Amino acid sequence: MQDNATYAVDIRSAVKRFGSFTALDRVSLSIRDNEFFTLLGPSGCGKTTLLRLIAGFEDVTEGEILLFGEEIETLPPHQRPVNTVFQNYALFPKMTVEENVMFGVEMRGARRSEARRRAGEMLELVRLERFAGRRPAQLSGGQQQRVALARALAPQPKVLLLDEPLSALDLKLRKAMQMELKSIQRETGITFIFVTHDQEEALTMSDRIAVMSEGRVQQMGEAREIYERPHNMFVADFIGDTNLLDVTVDRIEDGRAICHIGGGHVLTCDAVDGIGAGAQVHMSIRPERLVLSDEALGAESLAGTVVDNVFIGTDIQSMIQLENGPRFAVRTSNSDRGARRIFAPGAQAFVNAEPGAARLLID
Amino acid sequence: MAGGGGTGGGVSASTYAGLRYWLLLPSWLVLGFIVLAPVGVMLIYSFLTKEFRGGVIWEFTLDAYDQFFFDRGLFGDEPPKIEWTYILIFWRSIWQAGAATLLALVIGFPTAYFIATRPERVRPIWVFLITIPYWVNLLIRTVSMKFLLRDQGPLNDFLIWTGLIDTPIHVINTDVAVQIGLFYSYLPFMVLPIYAAVERYDFALSEAAADLYATKWVALRRVLLPSVRPGVIAGCILVYVPSLGAFLAPDLLGGAKNFMIGSLIEEQFKGNAGNWPFGAAASMILLTMVMIILLLFARQQARAEREG
Repeated sequence: MQDNATYAVDIRSAVKRFGSFTALDRVSLSIRDNEFFTLLGPSGCGKTTLLRLIAGFEDVTEGEILLFGEEIETLPPHQRPVNTVFQNYALFPKMTVEENVMFGVEMRGARRSEARRRAGEMLELVRLERFAGRRPAQLSGGQQQRVALARALAPQPKVLLLDEPLSALDLKLRKAMQMELKSIQRETGITFIFVTHDQEEALTMSDRIAVMSEGRVQQMGEAREIYERPHNMFVADFIGDTNLLDVTVDRIEDGRAICHIGGGHVLTCDAVDGIGAGAQVHMSIRPERLVLSDEALGAESLAGTVVDNVFIGTDIQSMIQLENGPRFAVRTSNSDRGARRIFAPGAQAFVNAEPGAARLLID
Repeated sequence: MAGGGGTGGGVSASTYAGLRYWLLLPSWLVLGFIVLAPVGVMLIYSFLTKEFRGGVIWEFTLDAYDQFFFDRGLFGDEPPKIEWTYILIFWRSIWQAGAATLLALVIGFPTAYFIATRPERVRPIWVFLITIPYWVNLLIRTVSMKFLLRDQGPLNDFLIWTGLIDTPIHVINTDVAVQIGLFYSYLPFMVLPIYAAVERYDFALSEAAADLYATKWVALRRVLLPSVRPGVIAGCILVYVPSLGAFLAPDLLGGAKNFMIGSLIEEQFKGNAGNWPFGAAASMILLTMVMIILLLFARQQARAEREG
């Protein structure tokens, strides 16, 4: 759809080594203009290193980074038209809030009066105009976070980099800031590259997500796609809760894989390229895509015993032990309770997978 | 414990206050002996009459201060004129100590910055290397400096050998030699406080400045320097104050005509030729000056603190 020049950031097989340690291993990513793009992964997966390569704080060992079609990997940070919201904000402690926000604008050559006007606009955007004269130390964590955002947006960067900006905030504030960041991104139309280890945060905010692990991109796609069709074991396990089963593929028929899941139970799901008959692989089924029933609804209804029910707010999660087979977590939404039954521990029940719920994973 | 208030083992408020004064006694004694008493003796001596072979006669007079500021002729019977000799010596000391401090700052700041940006494990080694020469007596170090700086010394030999100069640079017995000597005497006092400040500095701030289009130099000036300023000021005070009263470096490296306050005072107490009340008066004037400088620094610091 897009030719290369219109990608906001185009990373081409970037490698970053620190001594003998490879932090990034041939990472390629194309991030579109106006996109809210998230790099998601556990700590140490290389997501922050990738962000620092784009900002220019680290040099790539190999590979190229293009910003709107121009190679930037050799430019020092102060010549790259991208700005960063740092994890611990890194606000200048000896300057006022206003001076902090003015800094980047002035450095780009704007007059002081122009910088002040721009800072005013930005502080209004983050609703901190009343705090312009304060020092960062006189603000709460959430307010400092918003100053950091205003400061990074003020020089009108082509791309905004956000390094776990919400991790230091408490849950309620974090939720509120997620919404605010998202709406600011839409309002300004600037490409956001957002780094987080919080999969829920990534799923709520992002247009697209790159899931990273051990210096590689494991999967890239829209939130829904990544959640519903994880490619591999890591992604299925890292994003959301899932039932991971050890399965043996019995045979492939008409694009469907018939799998033994243990204890003589069988589940059928879409076949995946590279997984043939006899393969011992993993299968993922999200708990909310399983339904309990008191009698078999079809050939693949799995008979088991309810072990436990756990109340988790919006849902109730039931554990079902299949005879001689695996154990399943099944989630029933509390709002569905009229329609769907909750079985008491010890009761017999059947586990039914919704069509398309079971996915085979490449390891 | 009768009437003791019932809280077994408790100490009543008034007993506690009394105890507190007793516990503070050692520090008061130390302060009294090493600070107040010597300064008090000097203050009293500066108002006494001089004994010609050193020492004092217990007779109150303002002669010492009069001699410092006014010239009344050889026999003391002419109308008073301003005596410039000592004021000039003071002025020279202020200037020499200032130049030495500036030199220490220009060399000490990058040194401290360098050490503070090394990996954490090796920083103590660098600090240790900086302080090694200071285990040697100041007199020995100053004499070595004289050896290094003289016309046929290793420094000049080296510069001639490299072809940078043809004839030796004459440094000994100049102001520059004194400045170098003072700078060398007190360099660690500049390096260590700045090092401590830079080590505490959050380098993410410099990254943030670079991210916001600041060059390295601008980031240094507008973000790093304001953050480490207390360390810089402390370093300057710690070099400036002892430089002002130093006498070894001016004596050994500056020669006879590059007199400084320290030498002037030292001379008044040496052998039989001295004038104790005059030396004491000069010391009191020096002390007053140092106090004023520190006060100005402190006020500046307080203002900077208020501004954040």
